[in-house]
Amino acid sequence: MGLSDSTAIAGTVPESRRSLAARLRVIFMRSESLRGYALLSPTLIVMLLGMCLPFALMVAMSFWTQRGFDIDISFSLTNYGSAISSPIYEALLMRSLAISGTCAIVTVLLSYPMAYYVAFHVHRRKMLWIILMTLPFWTSYLLRIFAWKIVLGWNGVINSGLKSLGIIDQPLEFLLYSPTAVVITLVHAWAAFAILPIYVSLEKIDRSLLEAAADLGDGPVQRFLRVTLPLSLPGVIAAMLLIFVPTVGDYVTPALVGGPDGIMIANMIQAQFGKVNNWPMGATLAIVMMIVLTIIAVVYIWLTRKLAEWIS
Amino acid sequence: MSDVGYIRRHNRPLYFFALFYLAFLYIPVLFLPLFSFNDAIYVAFPIKGFTTAWYEQMLTNEPMHAALVNSLKVGAASSAIATMLGIFGAKAVTKYRIKGEKPVVSVIMLPLVIPGIILGVALLILLSRIGVTLSLYTVTLGHILICVPFSMATLMARFEGFDKSMEEASADLGDNVWWTFWRVTLPLVAPGVIASLLLCFTISFDEFIMAFFLAGTEPTLPIFIYGQLRFPQKLPSVLALGACILVVSFVVVFVSQWLQRRDDPAAQGLGN
Amino acid sequence: MNGNDAYIRIEKVSKHFGDVAAVDNVEFNISGGEFFSLLGASGCGKTTLLRMLAGFETPTMGEIYIDGAAITGVPPHQRPTNMVFQNYAIFPHLDVRRNTAYGLRTEKLDKAESNRRVDEALEMVKLQGFGDRKSTELSGGQRQRVALARALIRRPKVLLLDEPLGALDKKLREEMQLELRALQQSLGITFIFVTHDQEEAMTLSDRVAVMSGGKVLQIAAPKEIYNRPVSVEVADFIGQMNFVDASVTDLADGQALIDTAGLGQIKARATEFAHKGANIVVAVRPEKLTLSKDRPAGEGNAVQGVISTAAYLGDRSHFYVTVAGTDKPIAVAAQESDMSDGQSLGADSAVWLSWSDEAVVLLNRA
Repeated sequence: MGLSDSTAIAGTVPESRRSLAARLRVIFMRSESLRGYALLSPTLIVMLLGMCLPFALMVAMSFWTQRGFDIDISFSLTNYGSAISSPIYEALLMRSLAISGTCAIVTVLLSYPMAYYVAFHVHRRKMLWIILMTLPFWTSYLLRIFAWKIVLGWNGVINSGLKSLGIIDQPLEFLLYSPTAVVITLVHAWAAFAILPIYVSLEKIDRSLLEAAADLGDGPVQRFLRVTLPLSLPGVIAAMLLIFVPTVGDYVTPALVGGPDGIMIANMIQAQFGKVNNWPMGATLAIVMMIVLTIIAVVYIWLTRKLAEWIS
Repeated sequence: MSDVGYIRRHNRPLYFFALFYLAFLYIPVLFLPLFSFNDAIYVAFPIKGFTTAWYEQMLTNEPMHAALVNSLKVGAASSAIATMLGIFGAKAVTKYRIKGEKPVVSVIMLPLVIPGIILGVALLILLSRIGVTLSLYTVTLGHILICVPFSMATLMARFEGFDKSMEEASADLGDNVWWTFWRVTLPLVAPGVIASLLLCFTISFDEFIMAFFLAGTEPTLPIFIYGQLRFPQKLPSVLALGACILVVSFVVVFVSQWLQRRDDPAAQGLGN
Repeated sequence: MNGNDAYIRIEKVSKHFGDVAAVDNVEFNISGGEFFSLLGASGCGKTTLLRMLAGFETPTMGEIYIDGAAITGVPPHQRPTNMVFQNYAIFPHLDVRRNTAYGLRTEKLDKAESNRRVDEALEMVKLQGFGDRKSTELSGGQRQRVALARALIRRPKVLLLDEPLGALDKKLREEMQLELRALQQSLGITFIFVTHDQEEAMTLSDRVAVMSGGKVLQIAAPKEIYNRPVSVEVADFIGQMNFVDASVTDLADGQALIDTAGLGQIKARATEFAHKGANIVVAVRPEKLTLSKDRPAGEGNAVQGVISTAAYLGDRSHFYVTVAGTDKPIAVAAQESDMSDGQSLGADSAVWLSWSDEAVVLLNRA
C-alpha cells in the first residue's frame, strides 16, 4: 500500500483503485464552483463569444482604413487622428453627453417622487401601480418616439390644440426637431429605468428607522433628508447610470425628433455604416464613445462612493 | 385605512404628482389609437371624423404581414433560446456558491448597459468579415444577446426563493438531475419561465436599433415601420398597426409582470 | 467485517466549507436495524454528516461505506438511503398521493401495484384516505407523515431523518416519537436521526453520538451517556449536572480517594486519568443527591449546606444548596415520593446532602 499512501486522501480506499471516471466525479462533486460553472457554461460561453469576438474585431477594424470601396487592413491611427482633430465629432459627442446627462437628471427628478409615492403611500394594489409605471417601457420604442412626434409636431397635438384654443397664432417651432424634443422623448422612454431601482431602494428601507427618526425629534422634512434620501441614494445612482449610458448611444430618437440641432454621436456612427460607408471610421467612433462612457461611468461610481464615505 | 401608521399617512400633493406622472407616461402613447380612427391623412387636431379605413388598409398590406411574420419568428426563437440560457445561468448562480460569481454575472448582464448601437455594429462587423449573410438568423443572434440579461434577472428573482430541499428530495427519491428538473424544478418555476419568455419576446418584437444593422433583405416589423414613417400617406395605416401592437403588448406584459410579481413580497409591500 | 455489525462505516470523514471544518475526522460504525441518533447543538456538524450519507455533500476527506460499498461519488438518486427533510420538502405542486408515489418512477411498476404501494405507505403513517389532499392543505404533523411515507415507499435500507420533529408542538412531538420508534422496530431498517433535543435522542435511540465542533464526543447507549459521560462537555449537554473541582489523593482496589472543593473526602470508581495527584472534576446528577434535615445515618458521603433557592414543580422539587467551599450552589432534584419532610424545606433551611459512591462520575478537567 506504500505507493498509494500519498494519493489515498479519500480514506482507506486508495484513489488509484477507483476508475478514472469515478475519481473525476468525486472531484466534480467536491467542488461546488465546478458544478456551478458547468451549469453556467452554456450561457457564459454564448455571452462571451457573442460579445468578445465582435468587440475584438471592432477594435481591430478601428485601426484599418477605408479606401474607396475597399478596406485597407494595415495598422493605422488615421481614424483616431481624425476623430480627435475633427471638431464635428467632438461637438456631436459633447452634445450627446449633454442631452443624455440632462435626460438622466430630469428622469430621476421626475421619477423619485413617483417611486416615493408608490413605496410609502400606496398600501393596496402596489403591484398594479408598479406594472402601470413600467408598462409603457415594454411597448414599441419606435412607436413611443412616433407618439411624441405627433404630440410635439408642427401640426401636432400641442400646437394644434393651443391654436384651436386661440392661445397662439403660430405653431411653437422649438417643440419638435430640437434637443428639447430629444430630451422629452428620452425622459418618457427611459422612465422605467429610473422608477424601478429607486422604488426598490425605497421599499427596502426599514419603516422602523423612520419611526425611530420621528421618535428622536425629526419632522417629516428632516426625516426625508436624514434617513430616506441617504438610504435611497444607491437606487438614484444606479438609475442615473442606467439611463445615461444607453441614451448616449441612441440614434433613433434624434433621427426622428431631433432635427439638425438634435443629431447625436450615434447618428454619426450609424451614418458611417450606412450612407457614408466608412466602417473603420464608424468602428473608431464607436470605440471612442465606449471609452468616454466607461471613463465617465468609472469616475461617476468613484465619486459617488467617495461621497457615500464622506456622508457616513 | 385605520392601519396606516404615522409615517405612512396620506400626502395629497404627492398623489396629484403621481397622477400627473401617469398621464405623462400614457397620454402620448394613447394618441396612437386615437388618431388611428381619425378620418384624415394628416395627424393633427382637430379630429376630423371616425373611420376604420386605416385598419382595413392594414389588413391588406402584404409587406406588413411579411414583416409581422418575420418578427414573430425572430421573437419566438430568441425568447426560447434566451430563456433556456437564462434558466441555466440563473440556476447555476442561485444553486451553487460560485467563486467569482459577481464578475461572471456582471459580464452576462453587460448588454444591459452597452448602448445597442455598439453591440449592433460590432456584430455587423464580425458577421460581414466572416462572410455570414445578414438574415433573420443574425437578427435572432443579436436579440438573444440582449434578452439573456433580462431573462437571467427575471429567473434569478424566481429561483432565489427556491427551496433547495425540493430538488434534494427528488434526488433522494431516485431522480437524476434531468428528471428532477422536469418533475420538480420546472413546475415550481413555471411562472418565472413564462414571464421570461413573454418579456424576451416583447423585447425582441420591439427591438429596432440592432435589427436595423443585422437584418438583411427581410425586415422585421419595427424596421418596416421605420421605413413607412417617411411617407405621410402611409402614416395612418402605421398608426393602426401601432395601436394593435400597443394593445397586444400591454396585455402580454401585464400578464408576464403579474405572473412574475404575484408571489414577490417586495412588490406587494412588506408592511401589509 | 460481518455485515450486520457495521452496516454503515464512517471512516475518517471530514468536510470543510472553506476554512471551516464542519465535520472533523469522524469515525464510527452503525449497525443494521439500529436506531442511531446524532445529537448536538446547531452547527455541530450533525446535519452535514447526515447530508454526506444522503449524498448532498461530498466528504473533503475520508470515505463512507454502506453495506460494504464506498459511496463517495455515488449520486443521491443511486443510494440505498432515503431522507425525511427538516422542512419536509413536500412538493407543493403535487397532492399527497403523487408526493408519496414520487419515488416509484424508477421502479417502473404497473398502475395497480403502484397504487397498492402508495396505500401501504400511507397506511404505515396513518394517512389512509388523505391521498387526494393538496399538499398545501396539510398540517405540520400531516406533512411530517407524508414525508415519512414518501421516503419509506422506496423501501430504503437506511432512513435519514433531519430533525423531523423540530417543527411540531410538544404534544404532537411526543406522540410522533412513539410512532417513529414503533415504525423502526416493525420495519427493522436502520434509522439515523439528527436532533438537538437530548431528551428526544434519549427516548428514541439504541445508540447516540454526541457531537460538538465537528467532532464526535461520545457514542454509547442513552443510559450510558447519561450515567457515564466521558467529558464535562457531554455531561453538560445531556441534562443538568453538578461539577466540583477535585484532586486524587490516593488509589486503592480500583477505587479512587478524592479530595473535593466543598464536598469533602469522597470515594469513586477510578478511571484511567485518575492517577494520584491528578486534578479532576467530580460530577453528580441532581437527582442522585438526597436532601435531609438531619445527618443521614451510616458511613455514606454527606455534607452540610443551606438552601438558597427552592422550586416546587409538582411531581418533583428543585433546590439549589450553597455548600461552603464550592464556587456554585449545588443543584438537587428530589422526587415528591422521596421527600417525607419536603414541604418544610424552604429557602435558608440548613440541610444535609448525601449520595452513594456510584452516583459520582470522575471527569478530566477541561
